[in-house]
Amino acid sequence: MKGISPMKHPVTASPAADHKAGLESGEKIVRIGCGAGFATDRIDPAVDLANRGQLDYLFFEGLAERTLAHSYLARQQNPAAGFNPTLERRIAAVLPGCHENGTRILTNMGAANPEAAGHAIAALARKLGIHGLTIAVVEGDNITSTLRPEMRLLESGELLSTISSRIVAANAYLGADPIIEALETGADIVITGRVADPSLVVAPLVHAFGWARDDWNRLGAGTLIGHLLECSCQVTGGYFADPGYKDVKNLAYVGYPLAEVSEDGSAVITKLPQTGGCVTPLTVREQMLYEVHDPGAYLTPDVSADFRRVRIEEVAPDRIRVAGALGQQRPAQLKATIGFDGGFLAETEISYAGPGAMMRAHLAKAVLEERMLNLHHCQYAIRYDFIGLNALHGTAGISGPEPLDIRLRAAMRSTDQDMCRTLLEEMEALWIAGPAGGGGVRGQIRPSITTQSVLIDRSLIKPVIKVIEA
Amino acid sequence: MSRTVKLREIASARAGDKGNISNIAVWAYAAQDYPAIKAALTAQRVKTAFPDIFKGRIDRYELDALGGLNFVIHDGLEGGVNASLNLDSHGKSFSFLLLGLDVEI
Repeated sequence: MKGISPMKHPVTASPAADHKAGLESGEKIVRIGCGAGFATDRIDPAVDLANRGQLDYLFFEGLAERTLAHSYLARQQNPAAGFNPTLERRIAAVLPGCHENGTRILTNMGAANPEAAGHAIAALARKLGIHGLTIAVVEGDNITSTLRPEMRLLESGELLSTISSRIVAANAYLGADPIIEALETGADIVITGRVADPSLVVAPLVHAFGWARDDWNRLGAGTLIGHLLECSCQVTGGYFADPGYKDVKNLAYVGYPLAEVSEDGSAVITKLPQTGGCVTPLTVREQMLYEVHDPGAYLTPDVSADFRRVRIEEVAPDRIRVAGALGQQRPAQLKATIGFDGGFLAETEISYAGPGAMMRAHLAKAVLEERMLNLHHCQYAIRYDFIGLNALHGTAGISGPEPLDIRLRAAMRSTDQDMCRTLLEEMEALWIAGPAGGGGVRGQIRPSITTQSVLIDRSLIKPVIKVIEA
Repeated sequence: MSRTVKLREIASARAGDKGNISNIAVWAYAAQDYPAIKAALTAQRVKTAFPDIFKGRIDRYELDALGGLNFVIHDGLEGGVNASLNLDSHGKSFSFLLLGLDVEI
């Protein structure tokens, strides 16, 4: 660990970009790819991007709302843990290609322990024989010491003091600013904890193009690109196929996305040749509103982005140009997610098949229900589903014809681990004590995290950049 | 002459979650079908179709130029990932609830 090292990459120039795409026209193009859209995403498509993408930047997003709290629990068990368990495997796979091609890596997979992740990656680089690597770590998202009982929870409207459950983690969504600062150190790899997902793209774009920090329209455009890329293949044909309606070629080897970004914030969203999947106006439209509420005000720490006038145009097969995203001044406060100990989630299942399967599954449910309620005096709500009939849409009042093969599922949330165990044991007992022909019992009890949000003043958040030389 | 079709025949949809709020964006395959979808698939229609699961307010955002409607369904995820006992606690499959609806075109 050292202090801030001299800048290897000047702020206004991205040397890597200059000899890549866009050279012919003289226009500077920044190429940025997404190698992961969730914590345990595939690794092979990212390796392909690293090797063949001629990328300036490759980023990995891996922090869903609850992921981070689970990471803090892991860090409590082991002070050297708390970052994404796949991170070392992931970086080991892409580092040779990235190093060879001058591609800088950004990731929020530092999770609950970005500094430990940085040291682990430094050790890894040395082991791979890659020397002179600079790793910058962004911390300061952890706000547990900043929480005050009088803070109001966004979802419930209640005061923080009214929540009796144990707080496991509390993290503010940092924006592009500290990531830009990390890039300005010349770092080859930037590792963060909680940052807003699109900021992993906005930061390198601001860094590469020298966009002003209050150029809201460009920040809005960068946020759109980040939003389109951040779920990896969800913009290249993943979460999309509906055979006969939306067919996707070679889905098994769906390519992960990259954007070729122009200085004005417009971009071509594409994927590598000879990969599966597709990039079409519809894959881009679908992903543009994924997890978005008001398309006129998509709030991040960097900007209030406006997607309402976005133009989406197919310029060639698998090459979709997006332009026209706008932005307005960024929110005054930052959102923070607080993770609470949510007890346990117990789930257990048994299957019945052949003639009368449905009747036998109903009988199994009746036996389980009777024993949990009247023998074990279980006070917790148990949900029973018939998988194959209407498990997912049953609550919506939808049911289908009787299937050949039915799976009874029981699910319960509780702080009482013993009662969770009882539910699993009662299901297992149906092997021998339930209706005829019951098979395939599986059950698990998992610790559960619940989350709420608070807004916090920017002035209370002090990001810290640390530089590690490998 | 108008006819009734399943929404799936003329539109695609994608569902996402934030807490206990589901958002489902519906996109017309063909621009000429968008006005009919916009007329038929009101927020009220969606609410009325699935009152047992979509319990809160539904806001509809319209992207006319791109042929899309974004439904933001409050209290629409049986508690969401935090609390739901639904196997699909994110409501990823809820896009197909909407695609199963009949619309007149």
